[in-house]
Amino acid sequence: MASKSKQEWRETTLASALKRFPERQDKFETTSNIEVDTVYTPEDSADFDYLRDLGYPGEYPFTRGVQPDMYRGRVWTMRQYAGFGSAEETNQRYHYLLEQGQTGLSVAFDLPTQIGYDSDHLLARGEVGKVGVAVDSLQDMETIFEGIPLDKISTSMTINAPCAPILAMYIAVAKKQGIESAKLDGTTQNDVLKEYIARGTYIFPPKPSIRLIADTAAYCSKYLPRWNYINIAGYHIREAGSTAAQEIGFTLADAIEYVQAIIDTGLDVDSFAPRISWIFQTHNNFFEEVAKLRALRRLWAKIMKERFDAKNPRSWMFRTHVQTGGVTLTSQQPMNNIVRATVQALAAVLGGVQSLAISCYDEGHCIPTEDAVRQSLRLQQILAYESNVADVADPLGGSYYTEFLTNKLEEEASKYIAKIDNLGGAAAAIEQGYQQREIQEASYHYQQEIESGKRVVVGVNKFISPSPKITLSRVGPEVEINQKKKLVQIKNGRDNDKVKQTLKRLEDVARGKDNTMPAFLECVEAYATLGEMCDVLRKVFGTQKEFLAF
Amino acid sequence: MSKEGRIRILVAKPGLDGHDRGAKVVARALRDAGMEVIYTGIRQTPEMLTEVAIQEDVDVVGLSILSGAHLELFPLIMDNLRKKGKGDTLVIAGGIIPEDDIPALQQMGVKAVFGPGSSTSDIVSFIQKELTGTKEAEGKSGI
Repeated sequence: MASKSKQEWRETTLASALKRFPERQDKFETTSNIEVDTVYTPEDSADFDYLRDLGYPGEYPFTRGVQPDMYRGRVWTMRQYAGFGSAEETNQRYHYLLEQGQTGLSVAFDLPTQIGYDSDHLLARGEVGKVGVAVDSLQDMETIFEGIPLDKISTSMTINAPCAPILAMYIAVAKKQGIESAKLDGTTQNDVLKEYIARGTYIFPPKPSIRLIADTAAYCSKYLPRWNYINIAGYHIREAGSTAAQEIGFTLADAIEYVQAIIDTGLDVDSFAPRISWIFQTHNNFFEEVAKLRALRRLWAKIMKERFDAKNPRSWMFRTHVQTGGVTLTSQQPMNNIVRATVQALAAVLGGVQSLAISCYDEGHCIPTEDAVRQSLRLQQILAYESNVADVADPLGGSYYTEFLTNKLEEEASKYIAKIDNLGGAAAAIEQGYQQREIQEASYHYQQEIESGKRVVVGVNKFISPSPKITLSRVGPEVEINQKKKLVQIKNGRDNDKVKQTLKRLEDVARGKDNTMPAFLECVEAYATLGEMCDVLRKVFGTQKEFLAF
Repeated sequence: MSKEGRIRILVAKPGLDGHDRGAKVVARALRDAGMEVIYTGIRQTPEMLTEVAIQEDVDVVGLSILSGAHLELFPLIMDNLRKKGKGDTLVIAGGIIPEDDIPALQQMGVKAVFGPGSSTSDIVSFIQKELTGTKEAEGKSGI
């Protein structure tokens, strides 16, 4: 270690410089209100132990990454979030993206589908096909994946409350393609706790919702060994306004609730934990975001090993998808968003993610156009193939600053987890409005910083210039009209007695304790609609009102 | 306006989208500016939120929507307000609303659209000006 201390340097060299040139701000802070110093030195990580704190890539505690050689073997999966309008249009977009070199699909569903309403429901008015594709029955899923061999690609589906019936549809489509479920590779989001906290597409109360998640976990561990049946989400918690430390803490607390619930059904932790997957956001504070991903890996490994006594190293691994932050995009001067996305995507890659999506530059205005999605894919390809950042595992590891922030975020996030433990776990804390209130505080603070000018947003509160007009995508009312017609045809063309029987069986199973997945499969194969299945569940489980915390 | 002369505003989330960050930030800013704010929570039908607007006898309705369903849902809301005799309510909107749609919304009576990047102080002063413009001009605003 250097003989001169940081304090001595602060009092001499730094002090005399500051006398002549004061710093830009009184205080420099990350989004998590971590105050950062002028420089970081070995003194800042005095009790650092390489093997204990970092270890090698592919080894506990995985701070440096989950794969031993990271992107040298294979670069991350490039998986743009897409889906809009009708099943036919979505199918075309998928074929296009695969032709452009995308390596996985990511399905966006419209809001009625996400909340379990058919397209002809009163609450679906105006929403059909708007933020994603409308799925009413197995027929729509067949169309979405037409000509796409489900054993050759991996598919991620952003579906939560009605995850079980949608997964059943995917299994049924594969069966029609002659593919057995064991060959299916992909992910379903299936994380309902963050819906109560941040995203809003819950249907049922927490308890039956978690039971459905446990059902999919048990079913997948038996029949879909390659399926990530849950994709626990920090993304939306951050999007709603949390800090980076809250994003880690609240999301891992949700995960703890799920793992405990699944263990409570009698499954061994190592039988289901290796298939837990994640989605987070990366934001603009570059080093905090890199450190966040490293802290998440280390913290999750410790939780699984120490708290849940998992023995299989795969149960300790935190494998994550990242999407760059939608909320950081501006509608003003939209091309600037490509630069923001590049910074955030770089943080994701240097943070060691397994798959990546870019929030497109036009998303401050509309669902992304084909041009914007292609540009996002190119952004990823440039990072992967031109910048050489993928050549070395965890290249920022060992940086005094990065390690300081990683430690600090782990510490702050652990406090949130302890607080939630004290409140009785994630679900109980949500019922008390804890996470929602914390997020509201943070988002209001963030907004005030923008309005006071303390936080600069280029093109919004500083460096303002006229915005060029860009081409926007639009989903017209014809999607809703056609979808309603299809529903009538489906209901006229199927064996309605069979549908009644399968729905009755679903009701019986839902009232009991057996796994609901086989009953969902029977329903979807009889072309029962998503709304019909969810109505049965609404009858049995009841519905959840918003945990209002305003 | 309430007995104390405070502006009463309903902040509402029509449609199914759960993106309530903007609505809650605006609601809080309006409350901090001295207004009485009623926040509906998410997933409000046009009928539900019009009902609340009438019951609470609000001066302003602020609609936040990010799903793209504004052209379908806003006409229903405006019609409902008119039918129930609340056609003179100041209606403003925010969220992800393409600029090209704004003239159509104004045509149906939406006074202003505050898109992404809007400052809450602009929203506050717009409402104050619309409702108490003359008072303010005379320097008598009690808000």
